[in-house]
Amino acid sequence: MQIPYEVQARPDTGVNNAKLGIWLFLASEVMLFGGLFAAYVFLRIGADAWPGMMMYGTEVMAERADEILNVPLATLNTMILIASSVTMVMAWASLKMDRFDRYKLYMGLTILLALGFLVVKSFEYGEKFDHHWYASTNNFLGVYFVLTGLHAIHVTGGILVNAYFWGPGTKLWKRGTARDKAHFTNRIEVAGLYWHFVDLVWIFLFPTIYLI
Amino acid sequence: MEEGHSHSDAHSAHKEGFWRRYWFSTDHKVIGLQYGFTALLFLLFGFGLMLLMRWQLASPGVEIPLLGALTPEMYNQFGAMHGTIMVFLGIVPLAVGAFGNYVVPLQIGAPDMAFPRLNMASYHFYFWGGVVMLSSFFVPEGAAKAGWTSYPPLADIETMGQTMWLWGMVLLITSSLLGAVNFIVTIIQLRAEGMTFFRLPFFVWAQFITAFLLLLAFPPLEAAGFLQLADRLLDTSFFLPSGLVTADGPLEVAGGGSPLLWQHLFWFLAHPEVYVLILPAMGIVSEILANNTRKPLWGYRLMVASLIFLGFFSFIVWAHHMFITGMGTTISAFFQVTTMIISIPSVVILSALMITLFGGSIRFNTAMWFALGFLPMFGIGGLTGLPLGLAPTDIPLHDTYYVIGHFHYVVAPGTIFALFAGIYYWFPKVTGRTMNETLGRIHFWGSLVAMNGIFFPMLIQGLPGVSRRLFDGGLTYSFAEGVIHYNVVMSVSAFILLLFQLPFIINFFMSIKRGRKVEKSNHWESTTLEWSAAPTPPIGHGNFATVPTVYHGPYEYSVPGHESDFCPQDVPVALSGSDTAKSVES
Amino acid sequence: MAEEMTLEDVKRHVRVYITVFIALAVLTVVTVGVSYLHMPFTPALLVALAIATVKAALVALYFMHLISEKQVILWVLLSAAVFLVGMFALFIGAHADQEDIATLAKLILSSHVA
Ligand code: HEM
Ligand SMILES: [Cu+2]
Repeated sequence: MQIPYEVQARPDTGVNNAKLGIWLFLASEVMLFGGLFAAYVFLRIGADAWPGMMMYGTEVMAERADEILNVPLATLNTMILIASSVTMVMAWASLKMDRFDRYKLYMGLTILLALGFLVVKSFEYGEKFDHHWYASTNNFLGVYFVLTGLHAIHVTGGILVNAYFWGPGTKLWKRGTARDKAHFTNRIEVAGLYWHFVDLVWIFLFPTIYLI
Repeated sequence: MEEGHSHSDAHSAHKEGFWRRYWFSTDHKVIGLQYGFTALLFLLFGFGLMLLMRWQLASPGVEIPLLGALTPEMYNQFGAMHGTIMVFLGIVPLAVGAFGNYVVPLQIGAPDMAFPRLNMASYHFYFWGGVVMLSSFFVPEGAAKAGWTSYPPLADIETMGQTMWLWGMVLLITSSLLGAVNFIVTIIQLRAEGMTFFRLPFFVWAQFITAFLLLLAFPPLEAAGFLQLADRLLDTSFFLPSGLVTADGPLEVAGGGSPLLWQHLFWFLAHPEVYVLILPAMGIVSEILANNTRKPLWGYRLMVASLIFLGFFSFIVWAHHMFITGMGTTISAFFQVTTMIISIPSVVILSALMITLFGGSIRFNTAMWFALGFLPMFGIGGLTGLPLGLAPTDIPLHDTYYVIGHFHYVVAPGTIFALFAGIYYWFPKVTGRTMNETLGRIHFWGSLVAMNGIFFPMLIQGLPGVSRRLFDGGLTYSFAEGVIHYNVVMSVSAFILLLFQLPFIINFFMSIKRGRKVEKSNHWESTTLEWSAAPTPPIGHGNFATVPTVYHGPYEYSVPGHESDFCPQDVPVALSGSDTAKSVES
Repeated sequence: MAEEMTLEDVKRHVRVYITVFIALAVLTVVTVGVSYLHMPFTPALLVALAIATVKAALVALYFMHLISEKQVILWVLLSAAVFLVGMFALFIGAHADQEDIATLAKLILSSHVA
């Protein structure tokens, strides 16, 4: 049995099922990260000091986030993520232009950049652990680790999806009919929408956690 | 429909193995049944936990056969898990997962849900979420004990069962989110030709709004769940204020967090959640009332508008659960006003259903009795909510048995009656047989009396202030003296309620095998597509032999000038004298 | 995205993507640069949020094609946006209008003693 509008758009709504589905999912993601940001705001306006005491017991009072967090590394990571968004959208555009070789290139780059993001992130985390700064140290670090950690899980999810579409998922395209190709292109668009969303979350996380 | 080739038609023809067919099925009808059976089992189990608690409350310390006397720790586990199981593993999966899955695609003329494999995944997330919840009874020191609301700081420092509760919730939330996406896409994208939004049966509208509530309200609770997990596993202090002292001395944490943050995040979900509990029930009742009064729903468009309004407003009333947390007058006034406003659309829907009854030639079958029972019971539930929505009256009533009485009136003789009604109503659709009417009547009247015997005394007990969380039911409180004897009434009623579920269980299984076969596909002479366009019992994958086209509104009953007293949505005749004829044009 | 995009359209899109990328990179540098000025909290917050919003809008409009997206999708996002804004406003409002628990506890205790 065939589900209608799997590939083509439904005339009156103008979209196909997957497109609508991913946007609904992203709407729920907006509320997920919205809830986390709201919690962050709630904790921060209720805190006596922010970032606050860095090692309880000793009297190290931090005044600004950038005394604790590594802004240059995070800036680098921001650039990496933005670049990966561009390569992602180029991967999709390549399919639109029927250039599968370029698609493989751009998608591969997207995955590598995303892995690079995680590597930089792990250096960042390692630096904190070296100072014995953990999520339990205070709520500033708690927010930092939990929010960036959940974001990193989303990055990981994106890598898995993109890796699938770089490797085994390409079978659909290679079947070669116009419908299969359109179907595959749709899938890349959907994966792309998710990936850009992950970028978008970072665009807010970066200034609100690292810079102010 | 669109794309020409349907190569997969051939697949459904050849035999699938048992597992593929009943466990890893992608057919919305099978998945609906999976949800249904699982949820009914959970409901029974949750009911069982409550019976044990009621035993203890009526006769504190008296040993229960086989189990011995209840300890306070057990009582707290049973209470927390009763609430969690009933809400998240019982009612929502039954109302949305089972009825929604089975009926929505049929009612809109779709071959299946938009994402069949995602649908299967939703069920499996739900199932494993349930397994995690149940297995938490067997970890050291047992299941969660901090109530279905899991308020910190208590929940933060609880034993391991609470961690299991949180992981279970993460799975259940994932299941709900996937399901919600699927429902919304299905309803927007897979409506049959001619099925405009204002020709959707009210049940579909109810599921549509419910899906939006699940989609947008659950994620903040998921966020809260992650934060509580961090508090428990990474020793963060998101919900732990500074200077907290327990029986074991001061807590060794950084502090600086806020227990109120959890309450805000929790109720941001949990108020919309109560509409998730009630909207599908309203949908079911509407279908059955229209069908059995042989009249169109009164004010269909008004009801739809109320539904949308309810959906929006349910997001901005949550802090009426928090009046006693010391919130200031401004914000409290805001939430009191929104709470009063949101009761208006509920009243509109209830009134519209009552007016629908006027002048109808009512067919009294079991489904109809349950639907009729829903109306006054939901009415009591809603009315008792009003004093809770105003801070001056809520402050003495908060956390008393009055609150328990209030919401059980809405959910138990309200929603659960509607779900029973749905089972009796759609049973012939699923099996091609009807359930026994006599047993059905016994089930209905017995349950109606027993339910009121349980829940009305709760309202009385709450007024002098008997707390909802007492292990001994209030023995040691002098203000409880005058009302404590009701504990016996309630507990006896609870066991009577159990007794009156036996006819249902017997009826259910007997009828699957031996029930009277329906004579025609459209057994109830209904107008909606699931009866008129699809065969009874339905075929496997695919639903419709030919894709239906829709020509008019959902409730064309007793249209003057039409030959019979109902005109199915897919029958291409012009209806002049009909209520919804106007909407057909626009 | 419209299904019937021509090759020309796609090429034009690609130019837009590159421009957006440059804009995002520049804005990132700007927001980091501003943070080194160590402005007082409120203006710093406003500037950071303003820049982040512009960046997010660029990503959503061009990379995610919202600028030419269909109505259903805009409606879905609008509803999420409304609830998001409501959540923020009410969380902050509730926090601002919250009695201090410690004071409250003292008040209750003293009334019991009296
Ligand atoms: C129609 C108007 C309604 C109003 C004005 C209303 C108002 C309230 C208020 C103010 C409370 C908090 C009481 C307290 O804790 O002090 C409450 C509790 C509750 N209500 Fe309602 N309610 C209404 C309808 C419903 C419906 C339709 C449902 C569910 C199907 C429902 C389910 C609940 C639940 C589950 C709780 C208790 C949560 C808990 O503390 O464990 N209510 N209601
Ligand atoms: Cu509520």
